[in-house]
Amino acid sequence: MTRFLLRRLAHGAFLLLGVSVLAFLFSTLAPGNYFDDMRLNPQISAERLSVLRAQYQVDRPMAVRYTRWASAVLHGDLGFSFAYNTPVAPLLWTRARNTLLLTGTATILVWMLALPLGVWSAERLGRPADVALSWMTAALLMVPDLVLALGLLVLAARCGWLPTGGMVSMGFDGFSAAHKLRDLALHMVLPVTVLVASALPVLLRHVRSAVAETLEAPFLRAAEAHGISRRRLLYRYVLPAAAHPLIALFGFSLGTLLSGSLLVEVVMSWPGLGPFLLEAILARDLYVVIGGVLLSTLFLVAGNFAADLLLYWADPRIRAEAAGR
Amino acid sequence: MITGEKADLRQILTVRDLRVAYGQRGGGVWHALNGVSFGVGAGEIVAVLGESGSGKSTLAASLLRLLPGNGRITSGEILLDGADIVRMDAVQLRRMRGSGVSIVFQEPSLALHPTIRIGEQIGEVLRAHGTLGKRERVARVREILGKVFSGDIERIFSSYPHELSGGQQQRTLIAQAIACEPSLVVADEPTASLDPTTQREILALFQSLRDQLGIAFIFITHNPALLAGFADRVLVLYAGKVAEAGPTGAVLSSPQHPYTQALLKCLPRVDAGQAVRPKTLLPVIGGVAPSLAVLSQGCVFEPRCEERMEICQIREPAAAMLGNRHEVSCLKFPA
Amino acid sequence: MEPVIRVEDLVKRHAGRGLGRRAPGFTAVDSASFSIFPGGTLALVGESGSGKSSLALCLGCLEPVTAGRIWFEGRDLATLREKELHAVRPRLQLVFQDPANSLNPRWTVGEIVAEPLLVRGRTAKRERDARAAQALERVGLAAEYLERRPRELSGGQRQRVAIARALILDPKLLILDEVLSALDCSIQAQIANLLVELQRAYGLAYLFITHDLRMAAHLADEIAVMSGGKIVEQGTAEKILRDARRRETLSLLEAVPPAPDATEGARER
Repeated sequence: MTRFLLRRLAHGAFLLLGVSVLAFLFSTLAPGNYFDDMRLNPQISAERLSVLRAQYQVDRPMAVRYTRWASAVLHGDLGFSFAYNTPVAPLLWTRARNTLLLTGTATILVWMLALPLGVWSAERLGRPADVALSWMTAALLMVPDLVLALGLLVLAARCGWLPTGGMVSMGFDGFSAAHKLRDLALHMVLPVTVLVASALPVLLRHVRSAVAETLEAPFLRAAEAHGISRRRLLYRYVLPAAAHPLIALFGFSLGTLLSGSLLVEVVMSWPGLGPFLLEAILARDLYVVIGGVLLSTLFLVAGNFAADLLLYWADPRIRAEAAGR
Repeated sequence: MITGEKADLRQILTVRDLRVAYGQRGGGVWHALNGVSFGVGAGEIVAVLGESGSGKSTLAASLLRLLPGNGRITSGEILLDGADIVRMDAVQLRRMRGSGVSIVFQEPSLALHPTIRIGEQIGEVLRAHGTLGKRERVARVREILGKVFSGDIERIFSSYPHELSGGQQQRTLIAQAIACEPSLVVADEPTASLDPTTQREILALFQSLRDQLGIAFIFITHNPALLAGFADRVLVLYAGKVAEAGPTGAVLSSPQHPYTQALLKCLPRVDAGQAVRPKTLLPVIGGVAPSLAVLSQGCVFEPRCEERMEICQIREPAAAMLGNRHEVSCLKFPA
Repeated sequence: MEPVIRVEDLVKRHAGRGLGRRAPGFTAVDSASFSIFPGGTLALVGESGSGKSSLALCLGCLEPVTAGRIWFEGRDLATLREKELHAVRPRLQLVFQDPANSLNPRWTVGEIVAEPLLVRGRTAKRERDARAAQALERVGLAAEYLERRPRELSGGQRQRVAIARALILDPKLLILDEVLSALDCSIQAQIANLLVELQRAYGLAYLFITHDLRMAAHLADEIAVMSGGKIVEQGTAEKILRDARRRETLSLLEAVPPAPDATEGARER
């Protein structure tokens, strides 16, 4: 078992390494850099610029810069942001936390909705209720996230029940704890709704097809033939068997926790990682960009690894294969 | 209708005029069973011999009311110790399945849940029908495994299905079937995917379970060669009807129905250690299996029968009792 | 007379798998030797795991051979490279057990039967169709079956299609791997008859692989019994049945119950 997991970990580490190199490569190869833009700013003198350049070692060869950066990362130092003039790591972390709040909540909600609906739908496969649900999810799938987000914003602006963007209201810090919670929750409603609405149709279909396929399986008919109750069949036989394709999806869900909500964050002014990275890219803030990309990749790798672990634990056939039997 | 071998053998299953049809897309109907009647005595091994399309799997599924969505029992009775399975409600059915009548399916590797251990899968059957606590269940599962496997019980108890051979998987299905000591076990082609040696072992297992536990078996197969020395009685099924039924020896050595006769002639002969006339052409049954989309008038085997008479196209044969508890449904033998 | 195929000391070993904790390799076929003559049938009988299917795959050049020689048309198939094998394959065809898996469900029967022609580069569609119809006729299927799809056919019909496809390039040797096992009794008899007729008409040689000793004795001139990768007993069908010595053969023999109407059969003859 350890061999299997070590192999997967090694893959992940290799992937991270590769991504960091590529990110570094593309960022530095892209024409222009932060300091070139600064040159256009008449308030900054040329000498100041050259001091800054020397400080940030912008003129050193790429390989050197990369190795210095890589060794720093291994010590937990993600570098320095040119624009904000502070270390990258705390900046990223604050923003990432905001994003996770949104996507974490959305992911939990999506799975909580998709699982029972998927099972319900699969049990009634082809019948009117299932067909109706399929049409509804298809309709939801057709609506672009952008349209949905803007539409909801307009609705919120008209009704005035929900805040139209942002994460917290003015004077947040002065609120009581309960008020803070309520304020945050209200701000989360719209973005979470959009996220759930965009992820639900796909997940629902996957759950439905995984469960439907299991319901057709011969072992289920055999178990029914032994007089096992429907309830027991569902929980002990159907769900565990249907879970396997879903575990991979779950890992993917985990993996995209940081990267999946860019659009929503930008449209709804949620101070998350997405808009921050976008800004950094436009400003050529090298270390922020690479740090952000690396963080996203880390989540992706961790998510897949978690899925591998879960699948390994859940399916004895995979364990047997891994052992070379 | 055939009753048990001995006059005083208690009859545990009586099937009377069972008719089953499947609805087809486009509105058509497939008449899978058209009036099947037979009985099974306690501890009897009854073989149902039929080829594809004869309705044998439908019969197996009907006995446990496990027909697929588009299948329905259109008429008839299935009496298990007096209670009519056809009229049971959901609760009674669930109770009956596994403890009154059990079934052993054809493909053992598919009939077992891939990620639940063997011991637990057998335990689930006990859990569904009894009030044994967990520890008692485990002990009972070991006991059952002991009856079905000759050794290595601990390893099998904690194995997963994919770790077992085909024969072992089939024994597991049998263990599940006998777990609650039903009075009848239906085995639907249980040896079809197994090697000859393993086949023989499974047949021997059925006999030993019958001797030890008094369980009756309905053994469904398409291979007549398996039956000699194994089954007490044979039912020959053709196009949803019983063509012939009787003690195994009688039916196999002197078949009366033209279909049974033709079917048995299809087997290559191996007598006294020498193939009789090797590489010659075997006699085959002319024509093709009938379509059951339309109920035929007259005898359903008539188009392929070598001994057909004019009346066979008009009148449907009824079961005629010959001596020795042997019955035939053929117009050669007036009922 | 020269044999159509002569196998000398054929060995097939499967290497172990997995880095580190290796699954041990095992020998599927251990030094098998036999010959098949034109118009003759050799039955290879054994239980599953005896190596008979591995042997079939090696002879059909679908698996590389570890050691030994396969003499076919004066050349050793084990040493030929893919391009040279391509030239030989038409005369050495395989038919498998489960037609549901060996016939492409999306193609029509006509396309399936004509596929070998397509692979050989004979492109005229009209000629392909004509030859496909001819092949179907040889196996007893009417031309109307050309347009049907495998799912519309019964097991026996599908097996006939598989045989037609194998015959379309006029092979000298057919390797039949458990082709009857999945069929009903009466259909087995029909297909067995077809095989006998085809052999008489075209002088085909058969390697008939099965676990059914009864059918093997009926169809074969010679029987080779395989167990654990080795051929443990070999001889004419008559001899094997009469003088079975090895435990494995006896075990297979015991699994052949006496013909149900043996007494009647004796009387009839």
